[in-house]
Amino acid sequence: MTTYREAVREAIRASMIADDRVFLMGEDVGRYGGCYAVSRGLLEEFGPERIRDTPLSESAFVGAGIGAAINGMRPIVEIMTVNFSLLALDQIVNTAAALLHMSGGQFNVPLVIRMATGAGRQVAAQHSHSLEGWYAHVPGLKVIAPATIEDARGMLPTALADPDPVIIFEHAALYNVEGALSSSAGAVSIDRAAVRRAGTDVTLITFGGTLGRTLVAAEQLGNAGVSAEVLDLRTLRPLDTNAILDSVRKTHRAVVVDEEWRSGSLSAEISARIMEGAFYELDAPVARVCGAEVPIPYARHLEQAALPQPAAIVEAVRAVVGR
Amino acid sequence: MTTTTATTENATDTAEQPSEARAAGGDHQLHLLREMLRVRRFEERCGELYKEEKIRGFLHLYIGEEAVATGVLQALGPEDAVVATYREHGHALVRGVSARAIMAEMYGKQEGCSGGRGGSMHLFDAATRFYGGNAIVAGGLPLAIGVALADKLQHRARVTACFFGDGAVAEGEFHETLNLAALWQLPVLFCCENNLYAMGTAIERAQSETHVALKAAAYRIPSWDVDGMDVEAVESAAHRAAAAVRAGEGPHFLELRTYRFRAHSLFDPELYREKEEVERWKQRDPIATYTATLRQRGVLDDAQLAAMEDEVLREVDDAVAFAEAGAWEPVETLTRYVYSEPKTDPGAAP
Repeated sequence: MTTYREAVREAIRASMIADDRVFLMGEDVGRYGGCYAVSRGLLEEFGPERIRDTPLSESAFVGAGIGAAINGMRPIVEIMTVNFSLLALDQIVNTAAALLHMSGGQFNVPLVIRMATGAGRQVAAQHSHSLEGWYAHVPGLKVIAPATIEDARGMLPTALADPDPVIIFEHAALYNVEGALSSSAGAVSIDRAAVRRAGTDVTLITFGGTLGRTLVAAEQLGNAGVSAEVLDLRTLRPLDTNAILDSVRKTHRAVVVDEEWRSGSLSAEISARIMEGAFYELDAPVARVCGAEVPIPYARHLEQAALPQPAAIVEAVRAVVGR
Repeated sequence: MTTTTATTENATDTAEQPSEARAAGGDHQLHLLREMLRVRRFEERCGELYKEEKIRGFLHLYIGEEAVATGVLQALGPEDAVVATYREHGHALVRGVSARAIMAEMYGKQEGCSGGRGGSMHLFDAATRFYGGNAIVAGGLPLAIGVALADKLQHRARVTACFFGDGAVAEGEFHETLNLAALWQLPVLFCCENNLYAMGTAIERAQSETHVALKAAAYRIPSWDVDGMDVEAVESAAHRAAAAVRAGEGPHFLELRTYRFRAHSLFDPELYREKEEVERWKQRDPIATYTATLRQRGVLDDAQLAAMEDEVLREVDDAVAFAEAGAWEPVETLTRYVYSEPKTDPGAAP
């Protein structure tokens, strides 16, 4: 069995062995082994030139990643959490995302930024948010969210081969999840959604940390006679709109499960795309199950109440299917 | 020129050493003057074209500061890199981006050096390793150390020159970047163009310590104060600093004291400074003073100056004609260059 954490580590390792332009930098990625222990052991294997500990200067080391990328390297920059990435937002939005266009196509930025996201570990309002939609809003960026062990192993190498900046969101609650990983597992696509469970009555659309809960809800619904299809978006920008519409055309109902705050979230974008592309296919309004609109609280019962739970997903589906 | 390393008290002494460039010969001195004149005349024309609404958006003129870009860029070779700000027409010109491509960019034409996507503030040119054209104050500094990091990791003895103004010094990115550059001993030449104003805010209204080189020294970066109105002093300092950077001695820092004769941008009514102050600085106009110096040295005569002016005028006229004749990028290609167009990456990871 392999954990999600080990799958990410193996992805970094294999990429560094295959391409000496690849290096990892971020806060505590070296001696400490990574704040989520993702990079443990890599410093010993690759040395401090390629596993670079940085000071706490998100803007400088993300910008350094951009500069290194446009000058021939393939950096992987790790930011501890999405909350801290706000300190580097200038570099990500104003430089990484804009450089290719602003330069008339002269400077592409083959940079990969990995960061943890999401709640569930009682680390409160400054370490728990889900801001994937903010990044997915920005043209010039690609945004991906591996939700499975295979994707944790396979999406990073594909992101590194991409000529443009790719942001990888790793839900912090996934790092300890275990699963089987084939010894031949390798690169996978980063531009398509995946059906994780086939169904006929309703489409549940989700990504990242809420995939597991959505599958639990789908299982419960199945036991109650409701056949739910679960679509894992995998890529948040560009969205695989065709996969969303194809599934909705089959089931005629959709519920979006998204840990982000509801207002202005990806769930809102997905709902809008369904209205635009499959309105007349719908037998019921699109429903959403989102994070509560509150800075994530510390106390466990409050935190859990703020997050999309299987029971809420089941309830939303039942309202949509009318049984 | 004064070293401001560990002993920061030295930095307050701005006494100049005899310039090394003087020995470089008359041709080189004329070259320096010509480069400054190219920037001046090009930008004067830009100002006129702005009033004619040929150039739109923001236009930040470098007039008064020409000795800085001209002097510093003498120290770079073609393998080196430049990261500049939104007041970068002069840097691009002296670096070797053609006046045609720059003017066409100002017009927003597809023949421009950024295909009309960037405009005045975002000049880019891969051929001369000119990495912008960055209009987020201090936003170019992290980029510059990344370019330098790649050179260091690839064992290339190159210099990245990073220009920014005194306004950038107040930004967190300045401090983060200097710390990281010093910590990792990256081959960067930091060039602070201290023109005493961050847009309309005088440096003493924005900085608790107005001596910028001292801040760099605090990060253990060898730093110098340089008279930014004296092209030979700038060149001399830049040569020394760039040579040290190239030799693997880590980042170096120049605080270039200069002054912007024109408004911040052409929207600026200049309510924040006295006309007398501007006039006082104009007495030190880098082009007028250097012209007088070269005459005094017998390097330049009236005929040569007239020929030089004529040559520069023709270059500017030619650039304007080129821009006028340029084409607009078709609207159908609006969303081009948001993502790279498909091509294979030969060294891609598996």
